[in-house]
Amino acid sequence: MSDRAEKSPLAVFREHCEKGELAYQVTQSGEAVYYPRLVAPGDGGKLEWKVSGGLGTVYATTTLHPRNGEPYDVSLIELDEGFRMMSRVENIDPSDVKIGMRVKARMTPGAEDQPVYPVFDPVEG
Amino acid sequence: MSDLRGNIAIVGTAESDLGVVAPEMTPFDLMAQATMRALDDCGLELSDVDALFAATSQSRMVAMAMCEYLGVQPKYVDSTQIGGSSFMAHVAHARAAVAAGLCEVVLVTYGSTQRSVSRAAASQPEPNPYEDPYKPMMPPSAYALAASRHMHQYGTTREQLAEIAVAARNWAKTNPVAYRREDLTVEDVLNAPMISHPFTVRDCCLVTDGGGAIVIATPERAKDLKRKPVYVLGAGEYISHNMITCMPDLTVSGAAYSGPIAFEEAGVSAQDIDVLALYDAFTINTLLFLEDLGYCAKGEGGAFVEGGRIGPGGELPVNTSGGGLSYCHPGMYGLLVLIEAARQVQGVCGDRQIDGVNLALAHGNGGVLSSQCTVILGGEETL
Repeated sequence: MSDRAEKSPLAVFREHCEKGELAYQVTQSGEAVYYPRLVAPGDGGKLEWKVSGGLGTVYATTTLHPRNGEPYDVSLIELDEGFRMMSRVENIDPSDVKIGMRVKARMTPGAEDQPVYPVFDPVEG
Repeated sequence: MSDLRGNIAIVGTAESDLGVVAPEMTPFDLMAQATMRALDDCGLELSDVDALFAATSQSRMVAMAMCEYLGVQPKYVDSTQIGGSSFMAHVAHARAAVAAGLCEVVLVTYGSTQRSVSRAAASQPEPNPYEDPYKPMMPPSAYALAASRHMHQYGTTREQLAEIAVAARNWAKTNPVAYRREDLTVEDVLNAPMISHPFTVRDCCLVTDGGGAIVIATPERAKDLKRKPVYVLGAGEYISHNMITCMPDLTVSGAAYSGPIAFEEAGVSAQDIDVLALYDAFTINTLLFLEDLGYCAKGEGGAFVEGGRIGPGGELPVNTSGGGLSYCHPGMYGLLVLIEAARQVQGVCGDRQIDGVNLALAHGNGGVLSSQCTVILGGEETL
């Protein structure tokens, strides 16, 4: 089987994370795709991996108030390359995270034995 | 007009026990209980049922479980599972099965014991490596994200969302089996414990046990039964995404697509509908569906619901049962949405009955605004 997948899309994404890179994919017509897949949504075509510059804008945001614990942010970030991902904006009070705010990706260690994953920090302008 | 318009009718409806059911009851117990109540409602026997449709979050192979429990071997089985709108999809698929001559009497049923066994146990989350690290509380956080975007883009306020919860509560006061019937004000909603901003606990649906059943028949079989037949005039289904990360535009739900399909098939417009039943898992749902189904322009939903417009005595009756916010929400509430819409057409809703209902709309929502299904129901005069 020549087209056997040697690595899962998730494994490739996480290898990039380990190197401090936020990876995404593009379709043959150049459209950005996230989450990573084996085939392109819409036409099932080939996907090419790219590394994002990590700059984006908060698209939607919520502050969670757990019964036991501190409030924290969950946001959807629109990356400048044209894909959207869920993440957390850190180094700011969660209630101060606003839609339209510019943010930049950074890798952070996962809880316990979980892999590193991308979070965001506010940036000027 | 479509060949499917009016080719089936809802003839019997029933809720199972609701709220907090007896200890050790199973979803199957509730489905069986509701099934016999719905058959009794219309005067058919279990032996008349030749198709079984079912969905629940608590069983992977629910149709088999229910065939065994009820001791039936139906000719046709469907357990489409697209979340809370599954039952609107079941109705849509029942039309096709009946049109193809595969069955004549369809049972659609649902049961959940999520209040008794806990929400986490009743609806086990699937691992999602792209969202789990951020610990969203699902589903509230997904809907909260949609609300944040609507507020940002259109200036919608928390007070306007709260009006939706208050309208639902005021309807619930007219429904003897509603779970929450005490007074609720906009201030109460705003000052309740915050869950996932902008939602307090009162912007979020109830967590109850419950279930239901509807019996569907061909127009011929429907004629001589105990209740007035409620014809299925149109149905539309639309799936826009699965995870909230992938929702194309957080301010536009798939109701903008499922609605027009259903209206076109029924040959009616939004303004012709006498009463609406919209799946209100969260306050933002009602607002989005009013916009997307054509009751007001995109972005104007907040102003539209002000001043009690959708509550008792208001211009547009929405969620007369009290909705998922105040009546009952066992997790996949769509079947109970259909039941209320059908009963309004039958004219059997008691204190909350709207006068002269010919047309009702039942809109289902599943996942995190992911699956949207619209069903339009009408009395005999609408055929």
